[in-house]
Amino acid sequence: MAHSGINVLFEGRNLIRLFGGLWTTVEIAAVALVLGLILGVILGVLRTFPNRLLRLVLRLYLEFFRIVPTVVLLFLFYYILPKQLGVNMPANQVATLVFALWTAAEMSDIVRGALISVPKHQRESGMAIGLNRLQLYRYVLIPQAVSLELPATINLVTRVIKTTSLLMLISVMDVINVGQQVVEANNQKYPTGVFWVYGIIFVMYFAIDYPLSWWAKRMDKKRLERANG
Amino acid sequence: MKKFGFKKLALFLGIAASLTLVLSGCGSNSKSSKSASQSSNNPSTVQQIKKRGTIRIAVFGDLPPYGWVNKQGQRVGYDLTLARQIAKDLKVKPKFVQVNANNRVDALNSNKVDLVLANFTVTPQRKQVIDFASPYMKVSVGVVSPKSKAITKASQLQGKNLIVTKGTTAENYFTSKQTGVNLLKFDSKTQQFNALKNNRGVALADDNSYLYAWVKDQPKYTVGIKSIGPKQYIAPAVKKGNKSLLDWTNKDIKKLNNNGFFEKDYNSQLKPYFGKEVKPSDIVIK
Repeated sequence: MAHSGINVLFEGRNLIRLFGGLWTTVEIAAVALVLGLILGVILGVLRTFPNRLLRLVLRLYLEFFRIVPTVVLLFLFYYILPKQLGVNMPANQVATLVFALWTAAEMSDIVRGALISVPKHQRESGMAIGLNRLQLYRYVLIPQAVSLELPATINLVTRVIKTTSLLMLISVMDVINVGQQVVEANNQKYPTGVFWVYGIIFVMYFAIDYPLSWWAKRMDKKRLERANG
Repeated sequence: MKKFGFKKLALFLGIAASLTLVLSGCGSNSKSSKSASQSSNNPSTVQQIKKRGTIRIAVFGDLPPYGWVNKQGQRVGYDLTLARQIAKDLKVKPKFVQVNANNRVDALNSNKVDLVLANFTVTPQRKQVIDFASPYMKVSVGVVSPKSKAITKASQLQGKNLIVTKGTTAENYFTSKQTGVNLLKFDSKTQQFNALKNNRGVALADDNSYLYAWVKDQPKYTVGIKSIGPKQYIAPAVKKGNKSLLDWTNKDIKKLNNNGFFEKDYNSQLKPYFGKEVKPSDIVIK
């Protein structure tokens, strides 16, 4: 045991490259989440409107993105649609687009659920004092829905961040992809290097996701305390 | 009845609308979405590549010594040296796209890359969907055995146990062509080499280039049969029908062959992995 596997991380630029990969991951996830959450809130509000056709269309959109596995979506948008439409986007943009659309779909359901679970008398009282629809959403429903939907939203955020590990399939140089390069390049010299490389990737994901999930838990607890006095 | 019909109609409309929603979300970037998909607008001709100033080449990032990334973060390997030379001959810059074994064809067909240089073995099935240029490397099945009881002929294997990995060309060849050999099949490379070390079989068969690399660290073993069964060729690939780049690549490979480029490439990239037992002529095509 002349050299232990952990040294694989400190050879050359390996560690810097892993952090570079992590940055790609975080960048894609962050942009996709910002776009997706905004779009998702709008779609979620629209889904509580009485118009049947609108609701059906949005429902189909949600089901499409919820049912089709993310891997299939990525392949569809990266390899198949360009062939049919002649659009050629770089892998990172495709990834951001797919994740944003997916987040929007899931978010729309969270927002819809939160909006309809605001007690009915709140909506009726709002209408009784003569608020129009915009005012009703702006002053009555959305403020009350936000605290209901926050934990589920953060849960969605952590899920999206984790799922970025699929991006290597469409040639995005994310942290997993870089990790595999390092593992394969050093297989001869450090047979146990694989443990350390995936180990540090685990720590990286954990460091990003755990604070979020802790925050979600805390917020949910606070909300319950408030609701039950 | 009437209500049922309406529901169906609404569903149909909904599906149509949602499809447009999805498609338009993706198509919004291009003005002329339909016309661009016609092959007349091939972005990978030699002319287009020169105009763009970059050639996009699909390579492996995790297969030493053919295409991998060293600890400085640079892409290196036998395929990469060739890729850089091709870009140099075209007087353009190379842009590397890392692919996996199973999306090399898709990358070409969806215009993500112009050329694939990723240890791509020529097979009849693949020939139907993409075009291969002249091969630049050959591989075949080899058999490794202990030096003390070296197996040098296929006839020595009759009635003996031979170790293979499932799904490899070696398994395929011995199952169909050498029926007198008992095969011991394993799931992974690690398992098969452990089995050989524990003397569970008299020899082990796998791709010869892989075996060369393995015996380099195992002084007690030798690749007694360097090549058995049909030869397989590794070649650059272009999108089906991209004659312009195909012809150019063929010409370039011929030129590189004549000036000894592949032997130099072998000596710098593969030799450190394969050791002295292998000659460049075992791998390089002359």
